[in-house]
Amino acid sequence: MSNCGSKCSSKAAKPAQPADITQFDFDRRRFLSVSAAAAGVVLAPGVMLYGVGAPSPAHAHADHGADASKRWGMLIDVNKCDADCDVCVHACADENGWQGTHDRPASDAQWIRKVTVRDPSTNHTQSLPVMCQHCAEPPCVDVCPTGASFKRADGIVLVDKHICIGCRYCMVACPYKARSFVHEDVQDQKTHAPRGKGTVESCTMCVHRIDVGGTPACVEACAEKAGGAMMFGDLNDPTSDISKHIATYATRQIRADLGVDPGVRYQNL
Amino acid sequence: MKRIIYSQIDGTGSGFYGLFAFLGAVVLGAAFSVYNMEHAGHWITGMSNQVIWGTPHVFAIFLIVAASGALNVASIGSVFGKKIYKPLGRLSGLVALALLLGGLAVLVLDLGRPDRLIVAMTKYNFTSIFAWNIILYVGFMVIVAAYLWVQMERRMNIYAKYAGLVAFIWRLILTTGTGSILGFIVAREAFDSAVLAPLFITMSFSFGLAVFSLILITAARGDGRALGDAVLERMGKLLGVFVAGVLYLTAVQHLTNLYMAKRVGIESFILLDGGIYTQLFWGGQVILGGLLPLAIVYSTVIKNAAVRLAAASVLVIAGGFAQIYVLLIGGQVYPQTLFPGMEVSSSFFDGVVAEYAPSGWEVSLGLGGVALALLIVMVGIKFLSFLPQSMADEDMDPHHKASGA
Amino acid sequence: MHRIVLTAILLFAAANFLTPAAIASDESVVTSAVPMPVVPEAPEGTECVADPDFMRLNHMKLLQHDRDLTMRDGNRSIDFSLKECVDCHVVRDAEGVAVTVDSPQHFCRSCHEYAAVKIDCFSCHASRPEIEDAIKLGQNPHQASVRDLVPQIDWTLQTGAPKAEVGNE
Repeated sequence: MSNCGSKCSSKAAKPAQPADITQFDFDRRRFLSVSAAAAGVVLAPGVMLYGVGAPSPAHAHADHGADASKRWGMLIDVNKCDADCDVCVHACADENGWQGTHDRPASDAQWIRKVTVRDPSTNHTQSLPVMCQHCAEPPCVDVCPTGASFKRADGIVLVDKHICIGCRYCMVACPYKARSFVHEDVQDQKTHAPRGKGTVESCTMCVHRIDVGGTPACVEACAEKAGGAMMFGDLNDPTSDISKHIATYATRQIRADLGVDPGVRYQNL
Repeated sequence: MKRIIYSQIDGTGSGFYGLFAFLGAVVLGAAFSVYNMEHAGHWITGMSNQVIWGTPHVFAIFLIVAASGALNVASIGSVFGKKIYKPLGRLSGLVALALLLGGLAVLVLDLGRPDRLIVAMTKYNFTSIFAWNIILYVGFMVIVAAYLWVQMERRMNIYAKYAGLVAFIWRLILTTGTGSILGFIVAREAFDSAVLAPLFITMSFSFGLAVFSLILITAARGDGRALGDAVLERMGKLLGVFVAGVLYLTAVQHLTNLYMAKRVGIESFILLDGGIYTQLFWGGQVILGGLLPLAIVYSTVIKNAAVRLAAASVLVIAGGFAQIYVLLIGGQVYPQTLFPGMEVSSSFFDGVVAEYAPSGWEVSLGLGGVALALLIVMVGIKFLSFLPQSMADEDMDPHHKASGA
Repeated sequence: MHRIVLTAILLFAAANFLTPAAIASDESVVTSAVPMPVVPEAPEGTECVADPDFMRLNHMKLLQHDRDLTMRDGNRSIDFSLKECVDCHVVRDAEGVAVTVDSPQHFCRSCHEYAAVKIDCFSCHASRPEIEDAIKLGQNPHQASVRDLVPQIDWTLQTGAPKAEVGNE
């Protein structure tokens, strides 16, 4: 008892209200204990219901979209990429519904962008699309506190927006600035590309297309409407077009020195 | 040394209620900001896809780092046995807890989905230092609460030393973790560094002691309690040591970076041509937050020990905010290198220094965290006995000689 | 003071636990400030994917379990996908335009508002169907019969019955 000093007498009789504390203290302590009890009574039903409500397994099919034996990747031939062309960007925006209609370039979504690279000593200029590189050792997956940023068995790096808390740490950690944050409400999302305010998003390599045997929208659009600079395929399959191509021609990854092993490679860069 | 008597402060004057109401208003303002940020989305703030963590995070980092350091006073008393600091142990624990709660409140309320806090508390990705930090912060709160209990329950005082040791080690790990949130990032040249962990620890000593000193002086003066020069002088000198430590590690950080040719870009940005960031670095962090407080505590320009300590503390806090602003925001506005040696441009602000201006919503949220921390301290010292009745020299100083002896 | 607090706690607990029992036992007495949800009848030829009582109790568990199957495993041929729910349970306003979750007539919202259970799905998922997409991608053969009917079904809230002719099946 802090107010006693050295004057406490243990020989005094112990009434219901101890003599060496004030009435105020006594009432306060009872208030605290009753409040704690009340809080327990109020919270207990909720805790019980939360514990009881466990999901039952649903009937699911055996086929899985994500095959661990595959590693999806892309190859981009920079020589075929025109500086003024951004067909891939528009195709992606259209396919996934992130068209920036807010005229706020700093905070609008950007899943893929055209980057112009100029060598200051030779003045040689190139243009290439940069998107999520789907690294084998993704820094964004390492830093996500909830595990929302994850790498699928087939190498595609995604954001599980069900558990994304919007902390944006993955955005800080990405060396390619591939991720963007949804800064405003979203309506009428594409059903195959859910996206919402307060979560982080990035290129999904069009998983909804890949899982049913298609190719990403950007690759398709480039092949149909532009220079055909983009190729998509299974890097683990030595007989796939992309594997044969990268075995024949020199290709490189952006910032290969970081050791994250991107799944997107560039030729003639 | 006399037995210390602790008591609640009076807390009935117009000064107390006025301050309480003011801080309450700031917290309400922050709540309003949070509501707007939640409802409209983060586009209303100055944060963007380029400057991802902004002013709220500057405040949050300051508060969390200071929280860890505020517990230092109690540690020096319990763990290192310096008797003069023992009476301040309870207040130290309270301030540490309050600052941490304030900082975490700002951090959580800035999340894109703060309604998913329970997800963050239940799903952990253990490769993430952020996830570890969540565990460390919650653990810190539990440990400090236990530490306060063993200090305040006289029968448990014998365990205060052990609780203090656990708390000391825990917060070293915690602050290392906080520094590593930035230090582990390879993607940003301003962050990727092992020195950030010890730098943050030194910062915590410095900022924590500064904040604690200001709160101590204000509480003692406000409630008319004696606060002797002995403890004020000691704290002043200690603050000087910590400030020097921060200056030293800052120098190491920048000198090492300068030796790496690839980091000359970011270093010249921070040190020379970064505009506001350069001004904040030299003017704010080095001069206001470093050299000036050192000059104040190690000279007798200011005669009154309390004013000296308070002035130095205010400057250290200002310098601390500048330091975190330069580190966090300066580190993000500088463009990331995709193609070393090349010039890049794009629609996503590649290759250019990003623009950032703190919005009112962010500043309001940050100040709300500060106000919340101070409110918790005020409520604590009013209803429980955290503050010693007297901190005059004869009560505190084990070496005090009565006048005339 | 002790007695007042205890009485308050007991009253509060009673209100929480006993009122639902009272309501359930005699439904005719129920009057509520929140309007009862208006659930459109399924048109002829279509049927629910499962018994309505089963769905009422378990739809959230199915959705929550299946979302990880799709998200993490890429399994897109599960039985009860959110997209299929939205496609089938579309509600149209007077002009025939599908309503989003902003409207209290929305299928999910009408029940959830009554039950006072907040749903988070539609912050990210579209709350009304994207018809062209559903048919184009040709997913989930198990729902083909219902999906094929979607363009031909005209759900209107007022009549609760389809205006257009229902196709085969």
